[in-house]
Amino acid sequence: MQPPFSPGSGRAPSALELFLAFLEVGLSGFGGVLPFARRALVERRAWLTEASFNETLALCQSLPGPNIVNLSVVVGSRFDGVRGAVASVAGLVLAPVAIIIALATLWRRFGTGGHVPGAMRGLAAAAAGLTGATALKMARPMIAGSPRVAGPLMGAAFVGVALLRWPLVWVLLAVAPVGVLLAWRTER
Amino acid sequence: MRSSGDTLGALLVQFALLSLLAFGGANAVVPEIHRQAVEVHRWTTDQDFTALFAIAQAAPGPNFMISTLIGWAAAGVPGALVATMAMCGPSCVVAYWGAKLWDRFRDTHWRRALASGLAPATVGLVAATFWLLAHAADANLKLALITAATAAVAYLTRLNPLWALAVAGGLGLLGFV
Repeated sequence: MQPPFSPGSGRAPSALELFLAFLEVGLSGFGGVLPFARRALVERRAWLTEASFNETLALCQSLPGPNIVNLSVVVGSRFDGVRGAVASVAGLVLAPVAIIIALATLWRRFGTGGHVPGAMRGLAAAAAGLTGATALKMARPMIAGSPRVAGPLMGAAFVGVALLRWPLVWVLLAVAPVGVLLAWRTER
Repeated sequence: MRSSGDTLGALLVQFALLSLLAFGGANAVVPEIHRQAVEVHRWTTDQDFTALFAIAQAAPGPNFMISTLIGWAAAGVPGALVATMAMCGPSCVVAYWGAKLWDRFRDTHWRRALASGLAPATVGLVAATFWLLAHAADANLKLALITAATAAVAYLTRLNPLWALAVAGGLGLLGFV
């Protein structure tokens, strides 16, 4: 059995280095920053091996919460405990949050003038399309793998939340246990 | 009208709960954020919600920041900070301990069943996010065509999504939509 966490060939980073690395990740990503995290942590700094990054990512995707924030917590804590985790999250989140508040303030100040509302309508339509493509990309391997299990589970979650507009917690309480039970029986 | 303390408290509770329900990332809970922000608490309107989501997509950074903007719409900068911390805080604590458990149980059957059993529901939720955004954004045929074209390009090519946003925003700026 391989060790659970195998660092890459690079030197183990300090809390400050973690902060700066995730600052770079947070500022470089548009519409999702995961590809940039791989580049920064694996390719440029060699803090993690490719395999270790993939497994950490899988872990972070099966935990609740924003995936990239989870990734910063897990990577930071493995190098420098709570201090590393806090430094990584702060690096990832602070600058983008400041920028987005500034953008929203500009939008409220100038958003109703001239052609800005039109630009916002175009942006919103494209943002919807991007989300549709993400759903399709996520669905494809699951439908190909086990269509009779994954299809109805996806459909049930979609219908409950999108069409019936039920609260998310009820839909998850209904769909998630069935999914885990079926996976328990089929996964070996 | 409710005091700002009430609003901050409601933001804290709602987003802390969503943080722990967001299996599959922030995009999976956008319909619930919409339900809470537009229908239950009336922090923003349907049209402004889609605009805020578009800003979150077009800005650099992680995609949970629709939460930041809903907090901002509800209660200004303090609201933005409270919503951000509530959306990230609880899941960060779970991730910290989850990583330790994962290392210990990574090869067990139930760990794999948990991960692969939750995944299909997550996809359904992201599809629900698409449905909701398209419903609100596609007010006319031209906007629906932009949504369809963007989805096709993003699904079929590896083009940076920023190009799609730039073109769509540019078309809007020139008055085409």
